[in-house]
Amino acid sequence: MFAPEEFVSTLTELGITHVVWIPDTTLGQWDEALRTAPEIELVQVCREGEAWALAAGLYLGGAKPIVVIQCTGLFESGDSLRNIVHDYRLPIYGLIGYRSFLNAASLPGDTCLKFTEPVLDAWALDTVFLKDETMKPQFAEHYRKCTEQQIPGICLMAEGAA
Amino acid sequence: MSTPQAMPLAEALAVIHQYRADAVVITTMGAAREWQTLEPHPKDLVYMPSSMGQGPPLGLGIAIAQPDQRVIVVNGDGCTLMNLGCLVTLAAQAPKNFTLVVVDNGVYEVTGGQTTIGHPAKRADGQPLNFADLARAAGFTEVYEFDDVESFRFEHEILHEPGPVCIVLKTTHQTEDISARSPGPPAERIQTLRAALQS
Repeated sequence: MFAPEEFVSTLTELGITHVVWIPDTTLGQWDEALRTAPEIELVQVCREGEAWALAAGLYLGGAKPIVVIQCTGLFESGDSLRNIVHDYRLPIYGLIGYRSFLNAASLPGDTCLKFTEPVLDAWALDTVFLKDETMKPQFAEHYRKCTEQQIPGICLMAEGAA
Repeated sequence: MSTPQAMPLAEALAVIHQYRADAVVITTMGAAREWQTLEPHPKDLVYMPSSMGQGPPLGLGIAIAQPDQRVIVVNGDGCTLMNLGCLVTLAAQAPKNFTLVVVDNGVYEVTGGQTTIGHPAKRADGQPLNFADLARAAGFTEVYEFDDVESFRFEHEILHEPGPVCIVLKTTHQTEDISARSPGPPAERIQTLRAALQS
């Protein structure tokens, strides 16, 4: 959806300082651009639960992090997410890749299509869903809104493959 | 067979408390409970309620954002087992201002003392899981182990040496007054820490 340089320039315009992530096939296309971005530090973790806590620490220290993970990582990291954004009410923002949404044929029967949106609803997070290219500007708009309101937020981004 | 030596958790924490200087100190589970008996500090985070295993990455984030701020995370062995990957993440980031203290008593103390899967009784070789070896294998180069509090106290300067540092403390476990507890609403307490970090 976002070309690598386009994504980096968007994050830079938003003032984001750190991307805490685990790449998947789609998100991983941003790897080199993120690693070489002069104003962004890429912080890779081993498992997605770490990402929310690490981003929280960055926020506490005065940075502006974003969590970038696939929806499978959202499933894995639920307790960490709950703890950070609900127990501690920290306004951490995440971009979640929605596996199989644009191409269900490559992983037939992928239950990401069944559970991703209900799980996000269950976590009661302010979410914007980018279903296609035309909706891309909503990411920055939503991030700015969440930042201004000091609330956590999620940008759910449709992906086409695993 | 002789009983392995170990130190009381409260005494181990008293050493950290005494020599923390201006460090952020994040405590989890049993350590979080006992830390509340000590004089509070604006840069404390009694990480209760917690997401078990996420204390180290929380501290790592602070350490990355503020490279001149020492961060000490006191993590239980059960918490460490919940998120062993954090050792690899920490070693990869290699913050010089980060100290991980693993308090290893072999049990989930706050839930009643059930042995962890790292306890000798649950391991095929009958040997305790060696957290210091795990830290070294993950990439930590500054790794220390203590089973008596006076040795730890004598070497207290390692809390602040260039890191990342991993200190494994063999501790006894309490059998009374063991429940996890929080000193107050977490959202308010973490804002106190945030304000202290911004000042």
